[in-house]
Amino acid sequence: MSEQVEERTGEPFAFNEETERKFQETLGKYPTKMAVLLPALWLAQEQNGYLTDAILEYVAERLELSPVHVYAVVEFYTMYHRTPPGRYHIQLCRTLSCTLCRMEGIERHLAAKHGLHPGEKTDDGMFSLELVECLGSCGTAPVMRVNDVYCENLTLEKVDKIIESCKAGTQLEEDPMQPH
Amino acid sequence: MSKQIISTNFDKADAHKLEVYEKLGGYRSLEKVFKMKPEEIIDHVKKSGLRGRGGAGFSAGMKWGFVPKSIDKPKYLCVNADEGEPGTFKDRKILQLDPHSMIEGIITCSYAVGIHTTYIYIRGEYTKPRIRTQAAIDEAYAKGYLGRNILGSGFDLDVIVHRGAGAYICGEETGLIESLEGKKGEPRAKPPYPAVIGVFGCPTVVNNVETLSALPFIMNEGWEAYARLGTEKSTGTMLFSISGSVERPGVYEGEFGVNLWDFIERSTGGVRGGRKLKAVIPGGSSAAILTAEEAGSTNLDYESLAAAGSMVGSGAIMVLGEDDCVVKALRVIARFYAHESCGQCPQCREGTYFISELAERLESGHGDQSDIEKILDTCPMMMGVTVCVLADSIAIPARSYIEKFRHEFDEHVKQKRCPYDSARAPAVA
Ligand SMILES: Cc1cc2nc3c(=O)[nH]c(=O)nc-3n(C[C@H](O)[C@H](O)[C@H](O)COP(=O)(O)O)c2cc1C
Ligand code: SF4
Ligand code: FES
Repeated sequence: MSEQVEERTGEPFAFNEETERKFQETLGKYPTKMAVLLPALWLAQEQNGYLTDAILEYVAERLELSPVHVYAVVEFYTMYHRTPPGRYHIQLCRTLSCTLCRMEGIERHLAAKHGLHPGEKTDDGMFSLELVECLGSCGTAPVMRVNDVYCENLTLEKVDKIIESCKAGTQLEEDPMQPH
Repeated sequence: MSKQIISTNFDKADAHKLEVYEKLGGYRSLEKVFKMKPEEIIDHVKKSGLRGRGGAGFSAGMKWGFVPKSIDKPKYLCVNADEGEPGTFKDRKILQLDPHSMIEGIITCSYAVGIHTTYIYIRGEYTKPRIRTQAAIDEAYAKGYLGRNILGSGFDLDVIVHRGAGAYICGEETGLIESLEGKKGEPRAKPPYPAVIGVFGCPTVVNNVETLSALPFIMNEGWEAYARLGTEKSTGTMLFSISGSVERPGVYEGEFGVNLWDFIERSTGGVRGGRKLKAVIPGGSSAAILTAEEAGSTNLDYESLAAAGSMVGSGAIMVLGEDDCVVKALRVIARFYAHESCGQCPQCREGTYFISELAERLESGHGDQSDIEKILDTCPMMMGVTVCVLADSIAIPARSYIEKFRHEFDEHVKQKRCPYDSARAPAVA
């Protein structure tokens, strides 16, 4: 069997000043360094957009953890990106309540009209689409999350507006949360 | 509408801000709390009958009582705000609309158990709820409700928000603990229970957001007032997340003991578009399904739903109308569990995948009778044999969907397609 050596990804990495400050603050909140791993990965991802091998090794070193542990943890969770997502990363919910509210119609529309397909990124790097499990917003299904913003009660028209807003670079706003 | 305890502030403008929360009577319970002995509070909460709202429905006061009193280790509270059970969306409301009620509950629980550090584990996707919660914590520190010597009581408490990173299994309490420690969220074998050995090797209470949010009422009004609501063993009220094919989905607070369908219909206006009811899944996707008839004759409380072969769970009620497909529902939830199995138990890793594949085949019209039998044969092999109950959480519903809606499965085989196929219909709001 021939051994396949994958190339290690990423430029040399270090936290910038702002991230370093947050990192130091976080260290004080936990009794072990290992517990800082998830927060540190979030900080790294906020700074860089995704997590390269170089970043994982940097984080491992900062927290005195074995790189193997860090790789395994990152692999386990779905929200850490190992490759650059689109500028707008869309998570469309596919679980039961959204299905009962016809999320397939939204999925087909994203593909047919906007060329967005699950697991793919558009050539211009603007959008990536991921089908995800229940987003905890089943009362306003169908739902998708665009970067940090929940877009609820989706209709085809609403989806078009959201995509246009992204293209125009306007900040998306969440609908005000209803009491029910 | 029925009694409101947890959702009273949901429709009050800016109740997430400390100033407004205080005007609405917020943090009032602490004066009473700090005058009581910790054991008295535990006893008080036990007598209220309050049960955990995360899914298992275990007595909150009893759980606190399991934590060793004298131990030379720190103790921790982990607030479970991972809210991942499909159909559940009530903790998001609390975190975003009324986070101080949870913080007030956290202080009560921590004081009663002798805890000085609380972690709130919030699912990674909940950005706005997390920001609101952090802002509320900051305000509470500034006002002396958190930090050193709270309200001159001599009691210290730190509250730290911890962000999850996308994994349903981290909602399971020991998965949560592993994740908080900086590892994969793989559940631990129990015993030992977290109350004895939890996070960082120390005694730990894990409570759901809503469980804690019920505490201010219980402390203010007394356990008797709480226990008077609901039924003898299902006391008080609960937030029910109602979704699926209903006119007005949403979070509705209800007193236990009411008729299930009656409550759903009164709250949401019934099945969307005036269609007929087909089925109700009452307690999150892990719950056994109820036929329309059963939903109409069952009460909404822990004992009645257990007697009907289902459960209250996380209070997530999903409604299927006459043209919703039960086979498809099984396909979707089986895929969910296959995706979310942490993989450490072979019965779960293989079983969830197998059921998911079979359900997919059946739903697409490519299945045959033996596929239905294979699912039924797989279910018992997954029950009661794994580290956590995720495996049971698909075995139980899978079996109930087939047993109660066998004709729908048979029709898929016979017609070689989905007889409903709502997938072709356009999206509706
Ligand atoms: C697979 C699985 C997922 C769970 N997810 C959640 C969850 O997202 N939120 C929650 O509060 N409890 C969840 N639970 C229940 C917890 O294990 C635990 O019982 C609960 O947090 C205890 O708090 P409570 O007693 O206040 O309900 C889950 C359990 C299992 C088996
Ligand atoms: S039952 Fe499934 S999810 Fe639970 S520990 Fe085992 S493999 Fe993991
Ligand atoms: S099923 Fe889509 S948000 Fe819950």
